[in-house]
Amino acid sequence: MHLDKYIGAILRRRWLVISLASLFMLAMAAGGRNITVSNEHRVMFGENNPQLAAFDALEDIYSVSNTALIAIAPRDGSVFTREVLGVVEELTETAWLAPYSTRVNSLTNYFHSEAMEDDLIVGPLVEDASSLSEADLDRVRTIALGSQEVVGRLVSPDGRVAGLAVNFVLGDNPDLAVIELTDYLDGMLDDARAANGEVDFYLTGDVVMNRAFADATRDDLETLLPIVFVLIVITSTLLMKSFLGTGIIIVMIGFVISTTMGLAGWFHTVFSPVNSGVPIIVMAISVAQAVHIITHSLSGIRRGEDRNAAVAQSIKTNAYPVFLASITTAIGFLSLNFSDSPPFHILGNYVAFGVIITFVYAMTLLPALLSVLPLRARAGGFRQPVFFDRLGDFVVARRKPLLWLIGLMTVVLITGVPRNVLTDSWPDYFDERYEFRRDTDFVMDNLTGLLSLEYTLAAEEEGGITDPDYLRQVEAFAEWNRSQPEVGHVQAFPDIMKRLNKNMNGDDPDFFRIPDAQDLASQYLLLYELSLPFGSDLNDRIDVSKSATRMTVVIRGRSSQDLQDLAGRGEAWLRDNAPALATEATGLSVVFAHISQRNIESMLRGTVTAMALISIILVLVFRSFRFGLISLLPNFVPAAMSFGLWGHLVGEVGIASSVVIVVAFGIVVDDTIHFLSRYLRARKEDGLSAEEAVRVTFRSVGKALWTTTLVLSAGFLAFAGSGFQVSWALGLLVTITIAFAIIADFLLLPPLLMALDRRKS
Amino acid sequence: MKIDQPVRPARVRPAGVRTSGVRMARVRMARGLLRPVLGLRAARFCLLAMFVLPGMPPQEAWAGGPGSPADPADQGGSGGPGGPGGPADPSEEKGLQIAQDARQQDEGFGNFSAGMTMVLRNKKGQESTREVRVKVLEAEGDGNKSLFVFDQPRDARGTALLIHGHKDRPDDQWLYLPALKRVKRISSSNRSGSFMGSEFTYEDMTVQEVEKYTYRYLRDEPCGDGLDCVVTERIPVEKGSVYRRQLVWRDKSAHRVWKVEYYDRKDAHLKTLTLGEYRQYLDRYWRAGSMAMVNHLTGKSTDLVWTDYQFGTDIDDRDFTRTGLRRVR
Repeated sequence: MHLDKYIGAILRRRWLVISLASLFMLAMAAGGRNITVSNEHRVMFGENNPQLAAFDALEDIYSVSNTALIAIAPRDGSVFTREVLGVVEELTETAWLAPYSTRVNSLTNYFHSEAMEDDLIVGPLVEDASSLSEADLDRVRTIALGSQEVVGRLVSPDGRVAGLAVNFVLGDNPDLAVIELTDYLDGMLDDARAANGEVDFYLTGDVVMNRAFADATRDDLETLLPIVFVLIVITSTLLMKSFLGTGIIIVMIGFVISTTMGLAGWFHTVFSPVNSGVPIIVMAISVAQAVHIITHSLSGIRRGEDRNAAVAQSIKTNAYPVFLASITTAIGFLSLNFSDSPPFHILGNYVAFGVIITFVYAMTLLPALLSVLPLRARAGGFRQPVFFDRLGDFVVARRKPLLWLIGLMTVVLITGVPRNVLTDSWPDYFDERYEFRRDTDFVMDNLTGLLSLEYTLAAEEEGGITDPDYLRQVEAFAEWNRSQPEVGHVQAFPDIMKRLNKNMNGDDPDFFRIPDAQDLASQYLLLYELSLPFGSDLNDRIDVSKSATRMTVVIRGRSSQDLQDLAGRGEAWLRDNAPALATEATGLSVVFAHISQRNIESMLRGTVTAMALISIILVLVFRSFRFGLISLLPNFVPAAMSFGLWGHLVGEVGIASSVVIVVAFGIVVDDTIHFLSRYLRARKEDGLSAEEAVRVTFRSVGKALWTTTLVLSAGFLAFAGSGFQVSWALGLLVTITIAFAIIADFLLLPPLLMALDRRKS
Repeated sequence: MKIDQPVRPARVRPAGVRTSGVRMARVRMARGLLRPVLGLRAARFCLLAMFVLPGMPPQEAWAGGPGSPADPADQGGSGGPGGPGGPADPSEEKGLQIAQDARQQDEGFGNFSAGMTMVLRNKKGQESTREVRVKVLEAEGDGNKSLFVFDQPRDARGTALLIHGHKDRPDDQWLYLPALKRVKRISSSNRSGSFMGSEFTYEDMTVQEVEKYTYRYLRDEPCGDGLDCVVTERIPVEKGSVYRRQLVWRDKSAHRVWKVEYYDRKDAHLKTLTLGEYRQYLDRYWRAGSMAMVNHLTGKSTDLVWTDYQFGTDIDDRDFTRTGLRRVR
């Protein structure tokens, strides 16, 4: 047989094999230094993402991109004191020096305009706060709390929290820019905290989230990777009861991860939090594969076989199942390329490569190592098989009740599937261990929402934004938005025109309306623009040809579902009431809100493709349509069960949910392959009855399956410790699925086989 | 655990934070993977030290108001080779001399008028045009008086802006609104904003009073169309100016400005102005026919084209008064 010859050749040239494998690994690993880490949330979106393209277009028109928001909250009440306004004023000045900043808007530098006799007075709301009299403070409070443009954005309606927004344009190297500017803002707030004990400062915004992305990647790698490593080493040592076996596992991990990450380096891959799990997943899967071969070799040695003979027998038995398991796992992960979000492509491709390279090492390096090292059998190694013998007997004896029990459990759990709701809102990507999340929660609860819709509303011609008809339509849309229950704040251009009209008519409140004539409005605007200083101009609200204005609608809560609902209603309102303005809402929150939906749609195709491919492979492998189909059941059921359990317990799924099924499917199908191929061998080669074959199968692969399940669960469960939502949801869901899969393979598959496999018994 | 600090040449920004290779042994393996992250942390300190700290203004730099020019050595974050400052610094004397020579060269023109077309472009290449007529009256002993009459956009036609420049205090400005038939004083304390939505501020478009800056000579280098030029740095005296400093390229023969680089308050290169198509009037006064401003931060740009320069016309001085503003059309 070819396989025998091959194994003989490997074992004869074992030192050569080890040397060649080492050289290959080193050559690959040399690429590792080219790996880079991204901390830009934009890596989440594909190039063809239509929501992102719309948002980019808006950014180009209005020269805006990223925002940081600082909340200033005095512990004892009002922000309208000399001290607190002084703090805001000082922070405003310091914020201007933040790298990449393009504008700073705060309660103090808000450009207030008012009439004085025949003149238009335009100036910052607060200048030199320390010199303000009580009457000045009253005036500032009245203006701020009375202005639609300020309340709910730069000051809370109760006057207890002040806001300061900094806009940034990040330039050509956003990764580095994010680090620079968040460091600057952190330092700035630390100084402010040190100088003002009685005032609290909070920092949030999309640009700060970028930094949290980087922090989450670091935390995951710094804490999770070592934890997973230790867990895997402990688990495999306990289960194999062989230190040398564990040593071999560690060497395998080193080879597989070095080669995989090295390849990533040669391709200059940029990693992000979504795919920082590549080494962890690869580690778990490669251990699972190696364990099969090592345990089999060890049990051969324990039976007193010659070391090389035991290794050869192990390879012979395992080569085919390990090969199949690798292929199916790789297919599962490769189907992540269907995802709309590029980081998942990286995750899928490198894990798939890692799985394949594991197989290559398992067929070359692993037998050579096993043959070189002085493996010895230890007493006590026979205890475990006794347990699986008993389990086999139990399953054979109680097959009917088991079938009913698992069936009932499945049905109950699956009722929870529809309870899952899709949500992806960026403030919730990080849990409370991150300052970003805690600060974000404070800002959302006390100052302003962070999810917003951006509309660019086009007038019919150049200069058309001062046309009274246009202004009135935009005003009506703004008022409609303000009347919606979930809306917190609306920033709209007509507010400025109304204010100017009032100012130009002696601050008469009756004139707080759109100017009657276009030339008048246009000249007011010119006057106002000439009065505004650097960084307060209207270029972020008006396009260059004065043919479109931007409207920002901020919602109160954190639900991306609410945001999408409101966008849908707003777009419909425009179509019905102002068809000339009809457009679609955009904005960063909109792009994020769509990401799960887009991913689930794209991954649906990926999942179906992967499942079809894997099913075809199983049918071909077992040369039986019937067994191919039977084998699918214990693989579909666990994914459905875990989504059901999730629906009952948690109920909210995000982007992670879109990839769970394929990732889990590719992994759990391995157990079925190992189980079924051993079962079929017992049936065909040994001519055993279905019941006997089940017993034999439990005895010979039960322990290995149990070990790999524990190893894989440990690996993915460690993910659940991540503070990054995508990671922990993925980790937890896959762990649950793997756990359900072992139940299905041990308790559902054998009764099914015994019920359906009735040939020549 | 040793942290490999990424080697980072000043001002060169590599594409991300690099790792230092993945090793074979298991513990090293884990470290190799951690390296991008540790490098990230190291980079934070690097950056803080290299960019942010020198970018912070020394307190005294902002203390100097008009009349008490601050020491430029305290201000120029990276303004080239600068020794210890002080009034006796030869590079400062030379810089001031260059500014004074240029000013002297331009003195005595009396008045001029011209047409100005502005073309505004955003990052996507979308364009918009503004047309303005300009009259400038030289004033003895104080800043010049300027009058802008807007022709385009159409809705602003006939709107007129009058500016009285001052050497030692903020300029006075009035705007005549034809739709309202009234003159409004613009009492903004700050005129650093965009001029009609363009990338120019009013200051960027006009000849600057010598007294509003302190100067430092930096170097000689060719500029314009292969001309022999000097590069000087000028630092605004006014507290709270938008710019931390400007670099000015002037040719030696006629003191014409060919290029200006604007650095914002955090000393980032914000804008670049390129001038060209100079013509000489009255055998003495040079005026640029084109001025192109590019904003490096936003990718927006504005082109100014000057036409119909007329010197020594019979401009009525009374046009340059608040009451005269109503008569302008």
